[in-house]
Amino acid sequence: MDQALVVPDREDFIATKGKQKKQLKCDADSIAGCVSQRACVYCGARVVLNPVTDAVHLVHGPIGCSTYTWDIRGSLSSGSEMYRNSFSTDLKEQDIIFGGEKKLLACIDELVQKYQPPLIFVYSTCIIGVIGDDLKSICKQASKQYGIEILPVESSGFIGNKSAGYRAACDTLLHLIDLGKESLHQVSSQRQAAKQINYLGDFNLSGEAWIIKGYLERMGVKINVAFTGDSDSQHIKKAPDVDLNIIQCAGSMHYLAEKLEELYHIPYLQVSFLGLQDTANSLRNIAAMLQDETVAAKAEQLIAEESAKVKPDIDFYRSKLVGKKAAIYVGGGFKAISLIKQFREIGIDVVMIGTQTGRQEEYETIDTLVDDGTVILDDANPAELEKFMIEQEAHILVGGVKERPLAFKLGKAFIDHNHNRKHPLSGYVGAVNFAREVYTTVCSPVWKYLSK
Amino acid sequence: MGGLLNLSRNVNENPCNMCMPMGAILALKGIEQAMVIIHGSQGCCTYMRRHIAEHYNEPIDVGSSSLNEKGTIYGGEKNLKQALDNIRRVYHPRMVGVITTCLAETIGEDIRRIADDYLTERKLDDLFIVTASTPGYGGSHTEGYRFTLRKIVEQLVEPATRHEKINLIVGDLSTADIRELQRLLAMMDIEYVMLPDVSDTLDRPYSSHYDKLPPGGTRLSDIRTMSGAAATIEIGITMPDELSAGKVLEEKFGVPLYQVPVPIGVDNTDRFLAVLTEITGKIVPEGIQGERGRLLDAMVDSHKYNFEGRSVIFGEPDLVYAVTKLCCENGIYPVAVATGSQANKLSQALEPLIADCPQPVQCLNGSDFASIREVAEARGANLAIGHSDGRYLEERSHIPLVRLGFPIHDRTGGQRLLSVGYTGSANLLDRLTNTLLENKYKTYRRDMYEEFYQHEAK
Repeated sequence: MDQALVVPDREDFIATKGKQKKQLKCDADSIAGCVSQRACVYCGARVVLNPVTDAVHLVHGPIGCSTYTWDIRGSLSSGSEMYRNSFSTDLKEQDIIFGGEKKLLACIDELVQKYQPPLIFVYSTCIIGVIGDDLKSICKQASKQYGIEILPVESSGFIGNKSAGYRAACDTLLHLIDLGKESLHQVSSQRQAAKQINYLGDFNLSGEAWIIKGYLERMGVKINVAFTGDSDSQHIKKAPDVDLNIIQCAGSMHYLAEKLEELYHIPYLQVSFLGLQDTANSLRNIAAMLQDETVAAKAEQLIAEESAKVKPDIDFYRSKLVGKKAAIYVGGGFKAISLIKQFREIGIDVVMIGTQTGRQEEYETIDTLVDDGTVILDDANPAELEKFMIEQEAHILVGGVKERPLAFKLGKAFIDHNHNRKHPLSGYVGAVNFAREVYTTVCSPVWKYLSK
Repeated sequence: MGGLLNLSRNVNENPCNMCMPMGAILALKGIEQAMVIIHGSQGCCTYMRRHIAEHYNEPIDVGSSSLNEKGTIYGGEKNLKQALDNIRRVYHPRMVGVITTCLAETIGEDIRRIADDYLTERKLDDLFIVTASTPGYGGSHTEGYRFTLRKIVEQLVEPATRHEKINLIVGDLSTADIRELQRLLAMMDIEYVMLPDVSDTLDRPYSSHYDKLPPGGTRLSDIRTMSGAAATIEIGITMPDELSAGKVLEEKFGVPLYQVPVPIGVDNTDRFLAVLTEITGKIVPEGIQGERGRLLDAMVDSHKYNFEGRSVIFGEPDLVYAVTKLCCENGIYPVAVATGSQANKLSQALEPLIADCPQPVQCLNGSDFASIREVAEARGANLAIGHSDGRYLEERSHIPLVRLGFPIHDRTGGQRLLSVGYTGSANLLDRLTNTLLENKYKTYRRDMYEEFYQHEAK
């Protein structure tokens, strides 16, 4: 390894499959000055909760935290558009000195009067953790006063990394679910009637949750509530009323699924609707978990129909892309795993793969999936991405907004797997979109001009 | 109605501004071989990088001291020094800008002291560290930008012998605008030091070789001798004196200071060139006069269409002032002018412009988009001008938005928008007029039908 490029403290976070036996280090704090691509606790909480459509999302802190996360996800709504606003207490120097509690209360007053929302999330930012505003008691007090749910989100930026924010969001959702448990009793008795499931960890980017909902309905399975894409406060409270939880985004929602199993005895199943293979497997696994032969038969029918429909497109793209090499740098480990398989379906091998917040067991899965020589890295930075994309001769990088210009500057193709993309990547339609996007970038005529 | 409206609500609903460190990064990115470290928790850094990368479509590498709980409780000195070590190791910068966040400021980090200790401990005499306190609650990105430029001047400029160059301190303009200013100066044969110069660093040409630190930016050796310049032109008239880098050069080194508006529109560009002539004695060449004539021609060509425009203008105060001037010169009279910053000088500067408008104009200081939308709708605005956070004006209020300023994250090429000088002004004017025309052509058949067609029952 080129010592001039890699910071010594980072060595344990980088591995090459087949070369060394050491276990990859992950789930640790970012090293100062390493230009990590990671965000913060607040960011993790915000991206998970933001798709709750009828909630007022109030950021308690300085203005930037609110500006940079306004309408951050391309989550679609079938109802309220409240979630697309960004509210902030916009703390100024005086508020930091004297405390921001008064202002927070005044902001809640204003918002309740103006919008009468059923639910307000109050996010804690870095300085709130430092100046010690008592979010919990203020929310409780205001909640009592107005008779609506006002929930604190304990997401001070410095108390961990993005994963801690996911957890903070899930804890807040659990709190909300708990508030609805009075209606649980009558609901549980109805549980047997039709197969119902919760769909966790889909944020309805470009309608992805709707696509999956459509598939499941065709199988005779009803989605009780999707978290958090296109969800609202009333539906979230009904979460205990199901036979099964399925989880798409493991990074953000695995914890919630575990908690729901512990508290309400709902089994859960990890699924992935990214790519043809994962989609088919997931639909089959759902049917198996529900132990319903009709559902299983319908699933097979759906898989056959949809696969046949997209085959010509996928075959065409595959013929254009076979033999190319891909690099992956995304947020979560589970998404990374799905992407390896998805690239393979269109004839592309992964030569570099990394994540911001992948967990140990996810890196182990990655290790079993990739070929010898693939570079695996946790919490990478631009210098490492540059180095390994070049050394591994990748043709394409998949990542988020910050990684895109780097890929382009290196003359590499790029595909967006970020929060605000405008086309779905889930299910069969998503698999075609993915293949098309890879094709449009890898096979663009522009690259020819770069070598001239 | 009309006049000044300060936000009287507590809650900020859909912000029109960003925070201080954001402006600081943009300023530091225009310095030769400079890296930036944000002292604070990891997220701030990533958010701002994402925002800037989306606008410029350039890799935006910024380090963070990645403060966690321990660093917050016991102080972040160790983290900041480690960050400096690692940044030097990977990027080999000639200068590092160390700026703070809310977190670092609130726990009382003395970054100047830490930086000085670091330089002594590591025995570094060829690295410059510029420090600026930029708490996110201390002001908007505009203040962060200006404050950081001032700190660069305070900390780097040394006494120097007199020379012929002029200092040109610029606001946060597009890279195309920066290049246009450079072209005008070249046409006038004037030597200058431009601070900062993002023309290459935030808009670098494709090359088969990739450098982690882009070439370009204001040369450190040039910054050091800004004290010997014939004069300083500072583009910006709304900043308070304590945020002005030009004031430092004037007060400390006696360099005469000329503060001028962003050269957008006839008057503002005239003023800019007149100041150049006044300082250097060099006349505005024929080529530039020709461009002025073409702008006037463009103004005549489009004046009748423009008279239907009722604009709402928002964003960074100095850009807002310049665009308001252009609008007033062309009959696209504003109905609302707004900034998210607290910019009292802007209100003063706008007064004479507003006084001449046929309709009352609402000025919003320290505003958010909830207020801007409310006023724009109430006043029947049919053209919005500003950065892309004003997208709801378009999406929800159906007021077409001409994107200008920073950030533009829902369109490509924000950095390539040219709006300064006579040529840039004509460019911008065309964008405004054509948006009005496009909207008119899109709807007039239906509008006329609905208004005048008398339906006959069959």
